[in-house]
Amino acid sequence: MAAMAQSWATKAGIGKVAMFFWVLLAALPLAGFVTDSPSFDYYMFMGQSMLIYAIAVLGLNLLIGFNGQISLGHSAFFAVGAYTAAILMNFGGVPYWLTLPIAAGVCFGAGFLFGFPALKLEGHYLALATFTLAIAVPQLLKYKAIAGWTGGVGGLLLDKPDPPFGIPLSADQYLYYLCLVVAMVVFWGVFNLLRGRSGRAIMAIRDHGMAAGTMGIDTGLYKTVTFGISAGITGVAGALSAITIAYVAPDSFTLQLSISFLVGLVVGGIASLPGCVIGGAFIVVVQNSSQSISDWMKDTFSLRYDVPAWAIYGTLLLLLMFFLPNGIAGGLAVLRARLGRGSRQS
Amino acid sequence: MITRRTALASAASVALAGSARAEKKYGPGVTDTEIKIGQTMPYSGNASAYGVAGRLHAAYFRMLNETQGGINGRKINFISLDDGYSPPKTMELARQLVERDQVLLLFYPLGTQTNTAIQKYMNQKKVPHLFLATGASKWGDPKNFPWTMGWQPDYHTECKIFGKHITANVKDPKIAVLRQNDDMGNDYLSGFKEGLGPNWEKMIVADATYEVTDPTIDSQILQLKSSGATVFMNITTPKFAAQAIKKVPEIGWKPIHYLVSVAASVGAVMRPAGIENGQGIITAQFLKDVTDPRWATDPEYLEWKAFMDKWNPTGNQLEGSNVSSYVSVQGLVHVLKACGDDLSRENVMRQAANIKDLRIPLLLPGIKVNTSPTNFYPIRAEQLARFEGDHWVLFGDLISADAG
Repeated sequence: MAAMAQSWATKAGIGKVAMFFWVLLAALPLAGFVTDSPSFDYYMFMGQSMLIYAIAVLGLNLLIGFNGQISLGHSAFFAVGAYTAAILMNFGGVPYWLTLPIAAGVCFGAGFLFGFPALKLEGHYLALATFTLAIAVPQLLKYKAIAGWTGGVGGLLLDKPDPPFGIPLSADQYLYYLCLVVAMVVFWGVFNLLRGRSGRAIMAIRDHGMAAGTMGIDTGLYKTVTFGISAGITGVAGALSAITIAYVAPDSFTLQLSISFLVGLVVGGIASLPGCVIGGAFIVVVQNSSQSISDWMKDTFSLRYDVPAWAIYGTLLLLLMFFLPNGIAGGLAVLRARLGRGSRQS
Repeated sequence: MITRRTALASAASVALAGSARAEKKYGPGVTDTEIKIGQTMPYSGNASAYGVAGRLHAAYFRMLNETQGGINGRKINFISLDDGYSPPKTMELARQLVERDQVLLLFYPLGTQTNTAIQKYMNQKKVPHLFLATGASKWGDPKNFPWTMGWQPDYHTECKIFGKHITANVKDPKIAVLRQNDDMGNDYLSGFKEGLGPNWEKMIVADATYEVTDPTIDSQILQLKSSGATVFMNITTPKFAAQAIKKVPEIGWKPIHYLVSVAASVGAVMRPAGIENGQGIITAQFLKDVTDPRWATDPEYLEWKAFMDKWNPTGNQLEGSNVSSYVSVQGLVHVLKACGDDLSRENVMRQAANIKDLRIPLLLPGIKVNTSPTNFYPIRAEQLARFEGDHWVLFGDLISADAG
């Protein structure tokens, strides 16, 4: 089934469907011109978060889903990207848009370098090694010697960018478009990477490393470069998050964040590009709605005590894993295949 | 056909309704029957222990709604959300509360980083950001952040009190400072220097720091002792405070020992450090210590206990947060009552910045809440306490950071 989802993701025919969804996403902020709901900007902000998580999940998916390496440390690369952007904007006076490619470069470097020793590690051992990254980075950010740059425990406050050239959009609409454009570029890049020779090599290493090596693929190089690209993409997401939240602090990048990426990845669908967008939306929507469900249960059944929101979140995850073991994208692919078969039979 | 009488009556009722409408002024989240209040609280994550504050507030508002019909006839709709102590999440939730749920104000959001993340936003949106649950000193800045107001005595104020006490009572003090290397430690130290006065440089003979991640602080204590200091200013968090209290007598050092209030818990610090090692240590308090037998028959304590038993039965009555949040929620209730029927955001801030000598149960006797358009630090006084036997004994007068 994973193969099915994957073929859906990389098939050339997907272009039209994907294009439709991207256009739909691009049209959403236009609703702001017809509604005067005061919550509209809040929804735009949620949209930014979803897109940012989608990019981060894409970075992780490239590594886990397509290359078969596990990482629990992507919150660290997210943090490095965010701090790169924040420090450049705060001390270097670098314009916010220019921090995105720089963050990508810095995180690519960090990921590439980390990828070298990680080569010796496989599976669970790699997961553990990257786990230490997620634990260490928030502590390192507080470190005295660099506190002058990182702001220490207090973090760094930034200025939120306004739309350039007097474009008649609200700040949140504009930032949504910024996130959307970056997401489209990154998704397009990964889509092309996976379609080509390199993509086949990356996936061959996942499917059977030894066989891939025998066929002449430099597995070590491919693995480290994939790790680097994956970290770079997650770093771009981190930089975007620093720009949209306008504040970075060590407590923002805990292990919990890595786990969120992983949950988004698995729920959206491993080795599926549309799954990344679904996963990004899932992270934002479900964590918030579990709180609402908890409140709703308390009111409806007039319970005396709160239902813990995290227990509801856990139950939802379990149900999803049980009914859609290949994630939502995988489930959709199966549905599509069934419908296709049904229509052909009739 | 309209008779003259009905016409008159309807004209009168219109006039009445008109005057009533003129009195009432509502900001977002307020109707004739409801006031919506938002909060962010770490119910999960590293700081989830602090979540008790939000639960107490929810219980208190439930009590108000059910026994008194809310405040001035408007029930409180209290929305307290879990931010897991993560600043981006706080930002997201603050936006949700302000823009989607349309709350009147944000009350007692917890954490220094989390509040830093939303302070600018709250002030841009002009939404009251009231009585923050953090001891950092930066929340009383009405000039730059007129919509943000702190609550408890901040770290800076407290250490200023210690500094003043030392200069008044110790002749020729030679002071050794041990502090955590973070915002809290820096805040405390700057207040301490201010309290000591311009000659602080001559008085502080040693200044050692440690990291939250350090396993022990033994070497720092040895270093401080060798400076020949006669006064020890202990600016630590509970784990390290207990280590220091144990270590100081162990190496034969006998300084006058001052301990910051965040580390003055009897259960978490003084007992683990050894009761005998803690004798004579001085700290500062602003709340009644409900574990102290001295208050066992105090009507304020009994009222709190009755509230806890009936409305917050799962709350731990030894937990200090259940006292401090009981006090803070009454501060908010006072502000909302003072607003009357003008529940606009501007008026909420006006009333919050205009509290005169408000007495709240469980504050130490004599401590009153005071604010003004230029003073956004509601509680500024504390009283010193000395550890005797197995609890803190208050002594001396209340000390206000403003005085002299």
